[in-house]
Amino acid sequence: MSSHYESSYREPLILGNKSYHDITEDIARPIEGKANKNWYIAFYISLAAMLWGFGCIFYTVGTGIGVWGLSKNIGWAWDITNFVWWVGIGHAGTLISAVLLLFRQKWRMAINRSAEAMTIFAVFQAGLFPIIHMGRPWNGYWVLPIPNQFGSLWVNFNSPLLWDVFAISTYLSVSLVFWWTGLLPDFATIRDRAVKPFQKKIYALLSFGWSGRAKDWQRFEEVSLVLAGLATPLVLSVHTIVSMDFATSINPGWHSTIFPPYFVAGAIFSGFAMVQTLLGIMRKVTNMEAYITRLHVEYMNIVIILTGGIVAVAYATEFFIAWYTGSPYENYTYLSFGAEAGAYGWAFWSLLICNIFTPQLLWIKKIRRSFIWSFIISIVINIGMWFERFDIIAIVLSKGQLPSTWWRFEPTFVDVGIFIGTIGFFFVLFLLYARTFPVIPTAEIKTILKSSGENFKKSREENNEH
Amino acid sequence: MASNKKYWQSVEELKGSSIVETLRNNEFVQDIPTDEFLGDKETLETSSTSRRDFLKYVGFTTAAASLAACEGPVRKSIPYVVQPNDIVVGVADWYATTIADGFDFANVLVKTREGRPIQIMPNKEAGGVTSARTQASVLSLYDEKLRLKEPRKGETQISWADADKEIIAKLNELKDANESVVLLTGTLASPSTEKVIADFITAYPNVKHVVYDAISESAAADAFEAMYGKRALPDYDFSKAEVIASIGADFLGDWQGGYEKSYAEGRRVETGKMSYHVQIESNMSLAGANADKRIVAKPSEQVFALINLYNQVTGSSLPSKATAFDAEVKQLAKDLKKAGSKGVVVTGLNDKNAQLIALAINKALNSEVIDTKAVNLKRQGNDTQVAQLVADVKGGKVKGLITYNVNPLYSLSNAADLAEGIKNLKLSVALSTQDDATANATQYTLPAPHNLESWGDVMAKQGVYSLMQPTIQPLFNTRQVQDVLLKWSGSTVNYYDTLKEFWSTNVLGGASWNQALHDGFFKAENITEEEIAFEATADVNAAAVQLVRKANNASGFELNLYSSTALGDGKQANNPWLQELPDPITRASWDNYLTVSMADAKELGFENPVKDNGAIDGNYANVTVNGVTINKIPVIIQPGQAKGSVGLALGYGRTQGLKSEMQVGINAYPFYQNGNNVQYNVSIEKASGWHKFACMQVQSTLAGRHDILREASLKEVNDKKLDPKHTWNKPFMVSYDHQEVEGSKIDLWDEHDRSLGHHFNLSIDLTSCTGCGACVIACHAENNVPVVGKDEMRVGRDMAWLRIDRYYSSTVEDKQYEAKMTLEEFKAQNPNIANQEIERRYTEKVLELSKGDLFDALENPAENPQVAFQPMMCQHCNHAPCETVCPVAATSHGRQGQNQMAYNRCVGTRYCANNCPYRVRRFNWFNYSENNEFDFNMNNEYGKMVLNPDVVVRSRGVMEKCSMCIQMTQATILKAKKEGRAVNKDEFETACSSACSTGAMVFGDINNSEDTVTALKEDKRAFHVLDYIGTKPNVVYQVKVRNTNEA
Repeated sequence: MSSHYESSYREPLILGNKSYHDITEDIARPIEGKANKNWYIAFYISLAAMLWGFGCIFYTVGTGIGVWGLSKNIGWAWDITNFVWWVGIGHAGTLISAVLLLFRQKWRMAINRSAEAMTIFAVFQAGLFPIIHMGRPWNGYWVLPIPNQFGSLWVNFNSPLLWDVFAISTYLSVSLVFWWTGLLPDFATIRDRAVKPFQKKIYALLSFGWSGRAKDWQRFEEVSLVLAGLATPLVLSVHTIVSMDFATSINPGWHSTIFPPYFVAGAIFSGFAMVQTLLGIMRKVTNMEAYITRLHVEYMNIVIILTGGIVAVAYATEFFIAWYTGSPYENYTYLSFGAEAGAYGWAFWSLLICNIFTPQLLWIKKIRRSFIWSFIISIVINIGMWFERFDIIAIVLSKGQLPSTWWRFEPTFVDVGIFIGTIGFFFVLFLLYARTFPVIPTAEIKTILKSSGENFKKSREENNEH
Repeated sequence: MASNKKYWQSVEELKGSSIVETLRNNEFVQDIPTDEFLGDKETLETSSTSRRDFLKYVGFTTAAASLAACEGPVRKSIPYVVQPNDIVVGVADWYATTIADGFDFANVLVKTREGRPIQIMPNKEAGGVTSARTQASVLSLYDEKLRLKEPRKGETQISWADADKEIIAKLNELKDANESVVLLTGTLASPSTEKVIADFITAYPNVKHVVYDAISESAAADAFEAMYGKRALPDYDFSKAEVIASIGADFLGDWQGGYEKSYAEGRRVETGKMSYHVQIESNMSLAGANADKRIVAKPSEQVFALINLYNQVTGSSLPSKATAFDAEVKQLAKDLKKAGSKGVVVTGLNDKNAQLIALAINKALNSEVIDTKAVNLKRQGNDTQVAQLVADVKGGKVKGLITYNVNPLYSLSNAADLAEGIKNLKLSVALSTQDDATANATQYTLPAPHNLESWGDVMAKQGVYSLMQPTIQPLFNTRQVQDVLLKWSGSTVNYYDTLKEFWSTNVLGGASWNQALHDGFFKAENITEEEIAFEATADVNAAAVQLVRKANNASGFELNLYSSTALGDGKQANNPWLQELPDPITRASWDNYLTVSMADAKELGFENPVKDNGAIDGNYANVTVNGVTINKIPVIIQPGQAKGSVGLALGYGRTQGLKSEMQVGINAYPFYQNGNNVQYNVSIEKASGWHKFACMQVQSTLAGRHDILREASLKEVNDKKLDPKHTWNKPFMVSYDHQEVEGSKIDLWDEHDRSLGHHFNLSIDLTSCTGCGACVIACHAENNVPVVGKDEMRVGRDMAWLRIDRYYSSTVEDKQYEAKMTLEEFKAQNPNIANQEIERRYTEKVLELSKGDLFDALENPAENPQVAFQPMMCQHCNHAPCETVCPVAATSHGRQGQNQMAYNRCVGTRYCANNCPYRVRRFNWFNYSENNEFDFNMNNEYGKMVLNPDVVVRSRGVMEKCSMCIQMTQATILKAKKEGRAVNKDEFETACSSACSTGAMVFGDINNSEDTVTALKEDKRAFHVLDYIGTKPNVVYQVKVRNTNEA
């Protein structure tokens, strides 16, 4: 990852007159300094939401799934919606860290650490739902193919839910290892700078004895590459498998062969939107404006336009095919005239407005490069993607194949509470992360300082070193 | 032999040391210093328990107390010390008996396990038919809340002996004063009891027996009496009918006891013949829902229709009035005349004149469907006598009243009059199974045993004797009414002996009592029929004049009161199974409501909005009938309700003695004036507020998905030239190897070899299914299906393994039905238009519906729709979508075709339910047993006695569903195995198939070529629901056939 020549016409990725030491200082500052009031306010709100959510989870487990708004005809609603939403959010992290690494995209360096953290925290939230949505979560370990004394009982390898178990756990472990590997040199930096013995001890443990020898760096680069190679298929596999929860079923609206690519695109779409949301806040709060620039925002917005376009094409295909079959069973799928005219018309339109119409604003350069607009649009997309999953699950289940089974879903306070709880939990983790982890890969970003740093570019310009 | 060996413990002992001796005599080597702390009072007072000691004591006692409290609840399970001869633990005993509660009469078989009745099934040998209520009455037996347990005098408990003594004294007092006493009972239809009563009246000549039916057929009996000289109801055998004209008679419901069995027998499609059934009615009833042609008419219009029909059939000209459907009535008269003696007219108008005219038409037709000799004795109530009784009690003319199993204080329209009079009676006794309003108003309240704890006999039809025998020891301190009356008459014999004696002298004619008891019924070889002559004196003309005068005066709305399928007359209102049974038509449970036509609803502003949680709400209406107003009756908009008429079910709104959960609905009896189910001049106004309904089904139409419930006309089915697979029973076709083949014939996988062993199939004939709901309750009883209560029903969490879907035809279907051209013909004419386009054009051009309207038109029922029922349960798919998606393989396929559910393996992901296209899987959202939140039969010791020990009670968090009664099929297999034989033809049964009285459900083994179901599976009418998915179900439906092209 040696420095390479970069045209001065390209915008710099690191703004201001930064030296290597400045970078270290900037990134270590939130960890070594004291948190401000805003951090505490955000943390306590998140903590309260998390505790409320945990309360709702305990209530559910203690009383029964009946405390949710589900019914005989609608067996999933917010639980699996939230699950898929959180898994989807996690996707951008892997894409940024693995795929962009393989494609040598240097701009990923400013964002990949946080994107990966987001992935892991989002997968935590996602992983909660498959467990608590079970009628008997205390028997949840039965979905693992562990040798047991129940006789010849074994899991059902035909079930997409079982594939989920493997997909999510693989995803979580690979992401975690990848993230941690990247963190090792940075933890070592913090360790070396730490003045308090306790802190030093902790970071010494976390950095796994990183010494900074050339051999360390060589191995580090090799492992990063290998892990990137391993993680890349996961970008496709996880959401492909999640989509198979629906695609392999026989409900009109779920039973759709385009689901895997459509879900993967949707996941990256929502993941980037969530990265935008988080970094929009973080660059301000942790003073990382020099590293997370307009260019980064624009690049991410371009990915959003692309994946949003794929999603839009998928919607159109779904709509067209449902109509084109001429089958009365396809009249009420989540993307159909029937859904538009039915009780969930508002959800149908929320989906289209949030996910198809709003991202089109990003074609305008001014909006694409605006921090505040990107932030707003990213939140709209997050909402839209939640509705996509809600529509797929609730609208499809609400119009079963036998009209006698048509029903509706209304969430209870527990449904809402658990969802808010996971958002709280997510932010609790993320806020703790922002205070204790180097949020930008210090070692990596230094590798591009000379090629993409603003001052270096300027000096090259001045010295006519093209 | 004595031993001289010496045993010693120490050398000292051996040596005989004195220390040993001392020690032996002194048990405590050291003195226990009891005196030190107890002997001296002063020391005791000064001695101090240190703080540490105190804490030790507290600690110890707390620990001891909490340990004692930690002991788990002990459930005593006491084995038989002496094994009873007739009970083998784990093996069910079946007893033939008879249900007769005054409203429901049925020959039944009762299944008992370890001495507990747990299920009621029809006694098919005796021609028994069980309704949902009869099925559910086994749970009413265990109703610990409503049943009377001990004799009471006022509020205080009293012994039977004391009660006898006091009441006999009072009876004698009244006899000596020659003051009138009335014995008020429901319809007993019991010859021996009538003799007991006669003896009682002999002993106390001042006693008069009055029969009271809460839901009255008194007018029909009066009319019959006027015409045939005997007070009874004619019996009908609809299997003989070719043309049935019913004017407001719900004879598939409770009208005169119900006739669904013989009706279904007259409509067997496989014979190529079906009766033609025209229903002219105002409420949408079961009979109307099953009719081939249904004409909506307000009750007053029904009167004119009846007279017009008479005029057309007989060619006379009784005074009448033209109606909007005269042409149809004319055609009906023509059909009736053509059918001649195979035609029959029945009317549900509880008006003597109307009944007279109906009888006269049948007489004119010389109908053989109606049986005026072996009459129907299921309704013997006499409204005139009851009205007189109420007046007399109020006026003080009657001084004593003994009621038996009737609840007039609830079910009389003028209950207040009676209640007032009862207070002043010298003697009032309520003999009752239930602690109801009447039992609480009398001086003496005496507990009577439940039907299943009693001896008795029943003659529901002249000449057909049935026996009733106890199937369990009395649960409470009860005594049968017959024994009570015998005792009071001074007789020393008990009722059992009396019954036996009565039968051997009057019934058996030398035949065996034991055989009769075993069979549960006895049919005498030669019944001496009483000669009944047609009395020409019955003046049809005068009847018509009176009828027309009344009908002409009708203004305002017309109310048609009816008995609901679930609750009937309300006797079993505390039965949670019945409360939770959805009405077959409205699919609403736990409620009664005003049914209002779509047109009137629009005018009055009534709505049934669907809420976000899937449930429907309804407006309230204040209804006034002849000065009686009932406020806040919830309204349901009923397609097929005649404009200008409203319907309301009786039997709801009971409060006294009922659990709070069961105190639902509105008591409509105050409207039931003079026992007349039709009330004119009703005013209705909208009231504020919304009622929360608990409907099981919200979408009423098929929304264009016609292959779910296929229908055909009799003409089509009989047409040998038509290939059903290309016309009225089209299977799903797919392209395979460039050829169109039936979807069911191709397969992704190699099929298992299913030719070995049993392979179960269930066939459901949609033509025979009347929607009566007996199978639903049978399923509840057999499979311990929990009751969830109104709130949970409302949000769509019923646990029914078997439900009966009801579909109305939509406007589009009605238009299609009337259209000049079918879609097929239109397609043939326009071969070049693509499939998606052709339907749209057809709808626009032929049906004249714009595209925008199409969705609405398909989703909303027509104003006067056709109705179809479809029992729906687990289809036991050979390629089950639920099986592949379960992560823990909790649901898997059995070798006998059943889709099996292993409850204790289930972790409750609910994926199987989501992936079930039939939505028949039910999730245990909560713990439904032993949970005070669900205080129904599984939450009390008595109610739990009804549980079937062969089926596990499911815990929360697991999925459950129809098992095709695997416990029954296994029992059958084991029985055959034990007896060393093959399973007999049609020996396999499920709870639903054995409860079905119309023969719509047939269960069996398709690997046994002799089983009926084997042929049914291959029948030209057979189809699978949603066959396009390729699930290959083991439940096969038979196309619904309507005789639309007339007789």
